[in-house]
Amino acid sequence: MTHQHEGDDHDHDHDHAHPHAEISEGRPGYYDIMETAVRELLIEKKLIRADEIRRQIEVLDSRSPALGATVVARAWTDPAFRARLLANGRAACEELGISFYDDTSLIVIENTDKVHNLIVCTLCSCYPRPVLGLPPDWYKAKPYRARAVVEPRAVLAEFGTIIPDDVDVRVHDSTAMVRYLVLPKRPTGTEHFSEEELAALVTRDTMIGVVPATVDVARPAP
Amino acid sequence: MDGTSKSAGSPSRVVFALGEKAIFKAGDRVRVSTRSPIGHYRVPTYLRGKSGSVEKVIEPAAIDNEEESYGRNAGSKRHYYRVAFRMSEIWPDYAGSERDGLHIEIFETWLERAER
Repeated sequence: MTHQHEGDDHDHDHDHAHPHAEISEGRPGYYDIMETAVRELLIEKKLIRADEIRRQIEVLDSRSPALGATVVARAWTDPAFRARLLANGRAACEELGISFYDDTSLIVIENTDKVHNLIVCTLCSCYPRPVLGLPPDWYKAKPYRARAVVEPRAVLAEFGTIIPDDVDVRVHDSTAMVRYLVLPKRPTGTEHFSEEELAALVTRDTMIGVVPATVDVARPAP
Repeated sequence: MDGTSKSAGSPSRVVFALGEKAIFKAGDRVRVSTRSPIGHYRVPTYLRGKSGSVEKVIEPAAIDNEEESYGRNAGSKRHYYRVAFRMSEIWPDYAGSERDGLHIEIFETWLERAER
């Protein structure tokens, strides 16, 4: 088998304020070795084929925050779609051709002037992968998972998001068969934006709920 | 629920199997069991014994993820519920607004009816 973790370029996006230890390129760790051993055994016993693994990686690689951004931009511009999205997230995404290969449900929660929503999975890394792709490293790390449910306002502040006292914070802990996606507030001053221009404002982190969508998305933080 | 629901479209003589109909409904007060099963679980420990309100019944009934992890699927379908907790109920010294909350989906077997 190839060892695809070795020698990969480190092209992860680091658009967040949580530096982490450099991902080492030394000897494979305990779980790397276990994964390789299980994978090779499953293939040897003909329970799965190498091509099926490759295909599933292709499926995962085809999912990215760009899909979620399309969904959000459509919801911002089409009130009927927005209503369907909030009623049944999965069905509305499927309208746009986004399949739910992992058979999860999707609940879309809307940020408003009164409520700010934040998503976490305290148990591991449940994440709306069909619409957003793989979660960022910090989402899977223990500090975020532990603190998001205990002191969400402090965690949000570390992302630069200050929630006023008169806005309720709702944390959604996804642990079983439902996945969550935040529908961020549409930024003011975007009334004349096209759907495509709007989608460009919707980043991954806005759909996890750690930051609001803003027209300054491309501008570095002050 | 008395198991002989007469909702629209269901002839009254139809008796539903245990687990087929949701036991709780939106607005019900529930408490998370304080069990500590060994093995795979999906209800975080920080919520054991905490009381909240059912926000929504998640339809349709679904397989229990905890059973599924051991390959036991048949007969393990029941409902998941969206349950809302006050942060101040979970964390007595919670620092944010009294109205801040936590929302989570919990399988029926983990929920008990609560008085308040």
